[in-house]
Amino acid sequence: CNKKLDLIPTNDLTSAQVYNSPDGYKKAFAKVYAAFALTGNSGPSGNGDVQGIDEGTSDFFRLMWCAQELPTDEAVVGWGDPGLPDFHNMTWSSSNLFLKGIYYRAVYQITLANDFIRQSSDANLSSRGISGADADKIRVYAAEARFLRAYQYSILMDLFANPPFVTEKDPLGSTLPKQIARKDLFNYIESELKAIDGQLVKPKQNEYGRADQAAEWALLARIYLNAEVYTGTARYGDAITYSKMVIDKGGYKLIGDYTKLMRADNNLNTDEFILTINYDGLRTQSYGGATFMTHAPVGGSMPAAQFGISGGWAGLRTTKALVNLFPGGASSADKRAQFYTAGQNLEITDISTFTDGYAISKFKNVKIADGSQGSSLDYADMDLPIFRLAEQYLIYAEATTRGGTGGDLSTAIGYINKLRERAYGNANGDVTSITTDQILDERGRELYWEGFRRTDLIRYKKFVEDSYLWPFKGGVKAGKGVESYRTIYPLPTSDVAANPNLKQNTGY
Amino acid sequence: IKGKVSDETNQPLPGATVTIDGTTIGSTTDANGNYAINNVKHGSYTLSIKFIGYVTLKQAVTVNGATALNFSLVPESKSLNEVVVIGYGTQRKKDLSGAITNVTSKDFQKGVITTPEQLIAGKVAGVSVISNSGAPGSGSKIRIRGGASLSASNDPLIVIDGVPLDNARNADGTSKISGVADPLSLINPNDIESFSILKDASATAIYGNRASNGVILITTKKGKGKPTLDFSSQFSVSKLGKEVSVLTADQLRAYVKANGTTAQQALLGNANTDWQKEIYQTALTTDNNISVSGATKVLPYRVSAGYLNQEGILKTGSLRRFTGAINLSPSFFTDHLKLNLNIKGANVKQRFANQDAIGAAVSFNPTLPVYSGSKRFGGYYEWLDPSSVNGLKSLAPLNPLGMLEQRDDKSNVYRSIGNLTIDYKFHFLPELHANVNLGYDVSNGRGNVFVSDSAAVGYKRFKDANGVFHGGTKTQYKQLQSNKIFEGYLSYAKDFKSIKSHVDAVAGYSYQDFLTTNYNFPDITADGTIVSKPVYPFDKPENRLISVYGRLNYVFDDKYILTGTVRRDGSSRFAPDRRYGTFPSAAFAWKMINEDFLKGSKVLSDLKLRLGWGKTGQQDIGENYSYISYYNLSNNTAQYQLGDTFYNLYRPGGYYPNRTWEETTSANVGFDFGFIDNRITGTVDYYHRKTKNLLNRISQPAGSNFSNEIVANIGDATSSGVEFNINADVIRTSDLTWSIGLNATYNQNKITKLTIAPDPSYAGSPTGGISGGTGQNIQINSVNYPRYAFYVYQQVYDANGKPLDGVFVDRNGDGVINEQDLYHYKNPDPKGYFGLTSNVNYKKWSAGFTARASVGNYAYNNVFSNTGTQRSIINPIGVINNGSTNVLESGLSGSSDKNVLSDYYIQNASFIRMDNVNVGYNFGKLFKNSGALRVSANVQNVFVITKYKGVDPEIGTGIDNNLYPRPRTYVLGFNLSL
Repeated sequence: CNKKLDLIPTNDLTSAQVYNSPDGYKKAFAKVYAAFALTGNSGPSGNGDVQGIDEGTSDFFRLMWCAQELPTDEAVVGWGDPGLPDFHNMTWSSSNLFLKGIYYRAVYQITLANDFIRQSSDANLSSRGISGADADKIRVYAAEARFLRAYQYSILMDLFANPPFVTEKDPLGSTLPKQIARKDLFNYIESELKAIDGQLVKPKQNEYGRADQAAEWALLARIYLNAEVYTGTARYGDAITYSKMVIDKGGYKLIGDYTKLMRADNNLNTDEFILTINYDGLRTQSYGGATFMTHAPVGGSMPAAQFGISGGWAGLRTTKALVNLFPGGASSADKRAQFYTAGQNLEITDISTFTDGYAISKFKNVKIADGSQGSSLDYADMDLPIFRLAEQYLIYAEATTRGGTGGDLSTAIGYINKLRERAYGNANGDVTSITTDQILDERGRELYWEGFRRTDLIRYKKFVEDSYLWPFKGGVKAGKGVESYRTIYPLPTSDVAANPNLKQNTGY
Repeated sequence: IKGKVSDETNQPLPGATVTIDGTTIGSTTDANGNYAINNVKHGSYTLSIKFIGYVTLKQAVTVNGATALNFSLVPESKSLNEVVVIGYGTQRKKDLSGAITNVTSKDFQKGVITTPEQLIAGKVAGVSVISNSGAPGSGSKIRIRGGASLSASNDPLIVIDGVPLDNARNADGTSKISGVADPLSLINPNDIESFSILKDASATAIYGNRASNGVILITTKKGKGKPTLDFSSQFSVSKLGKEVSVLTADQLRAYVKANGTTAQQALLGNANTDWQKEIYQTALTTDNNISVSGATKVLPYRVSAGYLNQEGILKTGSLRRFTGAINLSPSFFTDHLKLNLNIKGANVKQRFANQDAIGAAVSFNPTLPVYSGSKRFGGYYEWLDPSSVNGLKSLAPLNPLGMLEQRDDKSNVYRSIGNLTIDYKFHFLPELHANVNLGYDVSNGRGNVFVSDSAAVGYKRFKDANGVFHGGTKTQYKQLQSNKIFEGYLSYAKDFKSIKSHVDAVAGYSYQDFLTTNYNFPDITADGTIVSKPVYPFDKPENRLISVYGRLNYVFDDKYILTGTVRRDGSSRFAPDRRYGTFPSAAFAWKMINEDFLKGSKVLSDLKLRLGWGKTGQQDIGENYSYISYYNLSNNTAQYQLGDTFYNLYRPGGYYPNRTWEETTSANVGFDFGFIDNRITGTVDYYHRKTKNLLNRISQPAGSNFSNEIVANIGDATSSGVEFNINADVIRTSDLTWSIGLNATYNQNKITKLTIAPDPSYAGSPTGGISGGTGQNIQINSVNYPRYAFYVYQQVYDANGKPLDGVFVDRNGDGVINEQDLYHYKNPDPKGYFGLTSNVNYKKWSAGFTARASVGNYAYNNVFSNTGTQRSIINPIGVINNGSTNVLESGLSGSSDKNVLSDYYIQNASFIRMDNVNVGYNFGKLFKNSGALRVSANVQNVFVITKYKGVDPEIGTGIDNNLYPRPRTYVLGFNLSL
């Protein structure tokens, strides 16, 4: 009788079946990357990875972006989805669905990486008869999976500070994940990244879309820049060391035209991008990522066709605080000022009105080459960089002005001027000196809407404080400071309830 | 004394006895119903006229010579000798020990009934049948005692003539059979003879594995007596009862003038379109049924055929159903071998109307015309945006009539349910029977959806590699289902007169296999361009149940009844070491009426106490294999680029190895009673039910599984209730009868545990998705609250009782209004519900009605919340929509993200509904000795009395979001018997 009750699915496979060939490894490995771009196994939706929220709002980049940009001077959103206005109002709670989304997405990607790393152990490879060059390739995959895991932990460290902690050594289901303190997590990420350095492919030598040593250095530079926030101990010297390694050994250079960074065919731009999340309008469809970045900021009188989309979602705009970072505002000589102003008001009276606040036209699903539209009008082709060279210049410069060992101020000024020369098209915007505070503004101009702003403002102690205000900060028009605990997001109640090992972050 | 005894239809009653009280003198009627008592002395007597199944008539008579007296007998209203179908056998009603309600065809709901469960709506205490919508064949949500589970199915098990059906619906509410809205729409209600509803665990535990939510046993009509041909025909007209109250074109113009900018006012048109009028129609339905039945010496037979042709009131929707059924029940070897063959077949051809048009008709701007005057988009007026590639305004609502008329969504579904049962009575031991039941339930559902490439929906939706756009849809679907059952059981029944005992016992084995084949097809545009191809050609989900069971029933002295059952089930849905569950039950009944101290009672004619206890199981979670992790290959629109290659992806699935049976333990105390010769009968039951190891979708600790939510066995819930029903023959004379039936149900449920360790900070698991807020839920399952309680912000009101825009109570007092301020407020389940049936017969006339009521149920008015704000009308994307007139009352701007979660939209949805009013005339015999014609007329869904502010308060889910309205239907029918 019992045998008759043993049934197996028609198409789905067990791990033993998936991992019995190098090809199976590659497809499982691709999922570890794909989980950055896709929300599930049916594009654009229908078979989601993360449950309990709308699938479109379980996308990694979209949610990371919301958590990083919406509570800042760089962005407002007009939609009334419950919980979304809480970002700009800075009133989020531990039940916020969008925070739940990024939290579970990040831990999910870690869980996927853990599984892949487990399956790629030497013991598993040899028991499956995979050896030689095939096995070597898989070991590189495993090192990249460790990198991706470290990256997701860096996101959790930044947003939630003290997340649950699981590695490939924790078998699934048997024990409750333990919580890790932010400081310990920092050390873990640092040690992981250093440990895989020798296993990763040399800069620019890997397949498109895969991480190499430069990505690892770039991540190290990024966390060192913020080390004081995470651990209480500044590590600017290390930030200088690693950003310099990317700059000097990576072989990257800025592309000529800033306004063509975020375009449908920017996968051809391998000069500046160190690691991207890859999207495709036909084959990699989701309602997050590039689709979100190209649709959500389009509304009002913005011509959808020029943005390479069938129609905008009329949600995202910016505050005048960002516009005012550019000398001359929207019509600045600095070409990074990609504002759409026709029919838009600089001042925001009502956040839910799309025409209040300038729109951003930095992201377009049209091709660099001829301005033609991407492969689909509903899902964008554009790839989104998670590391690009410009950030490394800015890390080097900031760490230097903050007194990091090994930094050279004139080199730093040189890097800043590289960015500014591209922005101005000439040397008119060059600076001869630079302060730490000026670098925050430079970061705003260069990296706005790329998912850095909250982290930057926290590092500069301008996020919750009333020393720096922007329209509707804290939910009031003139802006106001908010509780200091809001520099860290709350762990979702659902996980605090499910996992007794977790202690909620202070204040929530 | 001589004369004739006849029945209520004036047919002679052969074999009736007429006796003179106090004497032994009497007579029995002959074949023509005539009797004669001779040699009676002059004087006054009382005559008793008796016939089994009829009420004994007492008649005073004074004999003064030859006396002629004719009598007409009235049938007993509720025959206690009635045989009731129970699991694996039958029982006399008076010997039942469980809570079982039997409903036979004479008590069914009348009118045009498309799905079987509607026949018993409002007829049974403890059973709620709420039609899913007014769409043809849309079926119902059936709940017996409120359902026992959270994430697993709450649908009762339905068994037709011994074939247990696959559960009616998937977890998401869709039909398990592709191409029909509800699988029960493939069963012709006209073939049904009776329903036996097993409510408590002592009755259902014999069906252990799928019995937690009660069991409905359906028995179809069988042949008997002389050959009869029955023909019935119904013709009906259905109309929309009530429109959603939206702004008129003039009101909208005034509203936008008052609240909108000049640019927004410029978006208004001059038309006066009532979009709801445009999408609804008067729908005609015909339902014809013919059957031939009868019995030769060894072969009772019945063959029937039916044809239903039903239009929906939403334009373009229709359903055509052809059904056929054969029942043969021959017996051989002087009844030692009885066979019963049932074969039912159905073919449904349906065109589904696009129900999105219902919401669109509420929202679409009434100042705009239906047609644009140009040929674009099929001539339908649409919102345009010249700057967009396809010329349409993105995210704007689409023309409701275009949505209907430009979509051709047709299905063609075949289903057959059948079985052969063999009942062999052993020659050497006639008390012992061997039974075999071989059954199947197969279906073949397929369909095509065509949307023309000129339609606004999907217009230029796909750009091919050459940059050419293609639009519209031409897709198909196909599904085969083949469910098999084999059962074998032995039954033994014997009277032991010497010890005043009766024993019957059953022991059996059951094997059920549920196999579905879903075929995958490419996504194709109207001109045949492939947009994406499936990765696999088909998928074959399958699950199995294997069970052994037994029952022992012991009756002592016709007073005390003891019943015990046990069933052990294995389910393929669980891991090998968690697979089996054992489900016992015990019941005791005491026929108090047979005790000496009650025997002589003039008033009390029946009294029985029933005590029952039992445990049942649940495994119906929709997932078949997830006790281990399986890797799923992504489809072709979910690939990822590494290097120059796009890879399909292997994703490990969430799993739960410890998943096992959910167990419901229930106890039942009931009384059956009858007064005045059973002219008044009734039952009252109290039950308490506890479900533990709830199959419950809960959060997994992040990092411990591949899925952050999974159906696990965590949580407990209780429910309890009281059910009462009473039937009375108020008037019972030969010309006039009037009977009334009333049933009442009180039910409450509470979740008592949801986490492994008690955690007061855990709010619960959200459920109940709504429109108007991405991924928002309005309900929650929380400890110490009923299931599906609404979870909302508490609205603050001004002095005039108007809601203050975006102002909510800071319930936790932290100075911030966020999710921590949500609270539990009401729930969609009624506290009580009632059914009332009345039937009057006067000579050849009959009239009746059925009404239902529900008290204490609340609904979330999603139509108000989603369309009744300034923001939904003057939409930020740059269109003007119409909205609910509620906007004029509430004045809400909709700018607060919390508005959609306000308790302002939770409304009392208690109601009284007149389901059916009917009148009939029986012409009696058309020809000399045969032929009977009955003509009837009825109105269905006559009226609803409610305080609820939406269109219809009866919403199964508690979320009122553009329900397909239930029409009012006028039916004319006739029934001919030859």
